[in-house]
Amino acid sequence: MDVGLNSNLKWQAVANSTLTKKRSTAYGSTVALKSAMAVTGAVLVLYLIAHMYGNLKVFSGQEAFDGYAHGLRELGYPLLPEEGFLWVFRLVLLASVLIHIYSAAVLTIRARKARTQRYVVTKRVQRTYSSYTMRWGGVLIALFVVFHILHLTVNAIAPGGASDSPYERLVNGFQPEFWYVTLFYVAAVIAVGFHLRHGIWSGMATLGLNKASRQGKINAAAVGIALIVTVGFLLPPLAVTFGLVG
Amino acid sequence: MNITLRVWRQKGRDDEGRMVTYKLTDVSADMSFLEMLDVLNEKLTLEGEEPVAFDHDCREGICGACGVVIDGEAHGPERTTTCQLHMRSFNDGDTITVEPWRASAFPVVKDLVVDRGAFDRIIQAGGYISAPTGTAPDAHANPIPKPDADRAFDAATCIGCGACVAACPNASSMLFTAAKVTHLGMLPQGQPERAARVVQMVNQQDEEDFGGCTNIGECAAVCPKGIPLDTISQLNTDLLGSLSKGVG
Repeated sequence: MDVGLNSNLKWQAVANSTLTKKRSTAYGSTVALKSAMAVTGAVLVLYLIAHMYGNLKVFSGQEAFDGYAHGLRELGYPLLPEEGFLWVFRLVLLASVLIHIYSAAVLTIRARKARTQRYVVTKRVQRTYSSYTMRWGGVLIALFVVFHILHLTVNAIAPGGASDSPYERLVNGFQPEFWYVTLFYVAAVIAVGFHLRHGIWSGMATLGLNKASRQGKINAAAVGIALIVTVGFLLPPLAVTFGLVG
Repeated sequence: MNITLRVWRQKGRDDEGRMVTYKLTDVSADMSFLEMLDVLNEKLTLEGEEPVAFDHDCREGICGACGVVIDGEAHGPERTTTCQLHMRSFNDGDTITVEPWRASAFPVVKDLVVDRGAFDRIIQAGGYISAPTGTAPDAHANPIPKPDADRAFDAATCIGCGACVAACPNASSMLFTAAKVTHLGMLPQGQPERAARVVQMVNQQDEEDFGGCTNIGECAAVCPKGIPLDTISQLNTDLLGSLSKGVG
């Protein structure tokens, strides 16, 4: 007897599509929303790693850092218009962020509705600290991203003076006298670290990658990537604040 | 041993409910948690008070009828059902807080009794096979790879007690639904309805106002039957597969 799962799945798909043409609510189900969060989250994690790599160029000096930033604007030129690639990239990121936040908001509202009467006593059995920080940590990260773009991308907020050089913006903005800017940055990056610790694990489980034999490895990968990203983003501003770069 | 109990009392579905404190003396450490509640109820009955309503049936840990949240943990501090929890897991002088499962999909009927009909409706939506199986087949008539058989059996041990929902910060029923999807999906008899089953069951659990899964894992950690957390990934794989094939 054929016990192949795929052949049967295909057979079932054909049988069902002849029966009903109506799109099911399963496309908007909690599982589908969570999958959208996982895919957009993966896009954002990959972006963060690339962003962190660019930031670390600060240790190679002003020329390398500014050259890298300029290179991003030229990427794909002349095949694409100038800054063409950058804008496609930005639109993909913006769409990812919006889908991620939309899904999170809908799922949070659902979860609140799913338990209107709370427990008098609750106890943590095995959940990670990171899993507590996902929702409010996410809000903090979103607020930080707005500030971050206004500060270092648009340079509308320019502690220490505006500049056309990305390197100078960074060095001006994280001087010791602007310790509160650095503090906000550090807090946000740590929030990102916690967000990634649970988010990477959760995203992989949502996309069906969790197997009992793999669970430890997925968690180790989540902790590892979260740590690398956290440290990688903390180094440049702290190096400026403590006078190692300037 | 002497203990203080804080128990949720609620006269009916529409009553607001409140925590009430009772003191019990001379509780034996060998009593099960439910026997301790029986002793409390005998005392309350003698005093002319309404006994505390709680669900129970087999008291052997296999039926899934009992289940309360004890000191913030579904089924209490041991990984077993409430009926198989014994008072030796507590200390003399302890204050023990007892609450019903909390989920909008599990409305309180009375005191610690909740209506778990939502689980039955999820099963009704797809947790079955329609192939006529007849009498028990000869062993090995349907060869099933050992790992598949083991996985199906592990998932099939779910007794539907609802501890996963009670423990989930989102009051999600994913571990329950995933156990059924995995159990039937690993076996040849479950294949004809496999793609449609997961879609219908997920739609039904959303319909019942359970929350969504955020992979926190408290469900599997409190499950008295040790349903593995990776069944949820199996459900996700099946659902995404069904949707990409246009099923549902």
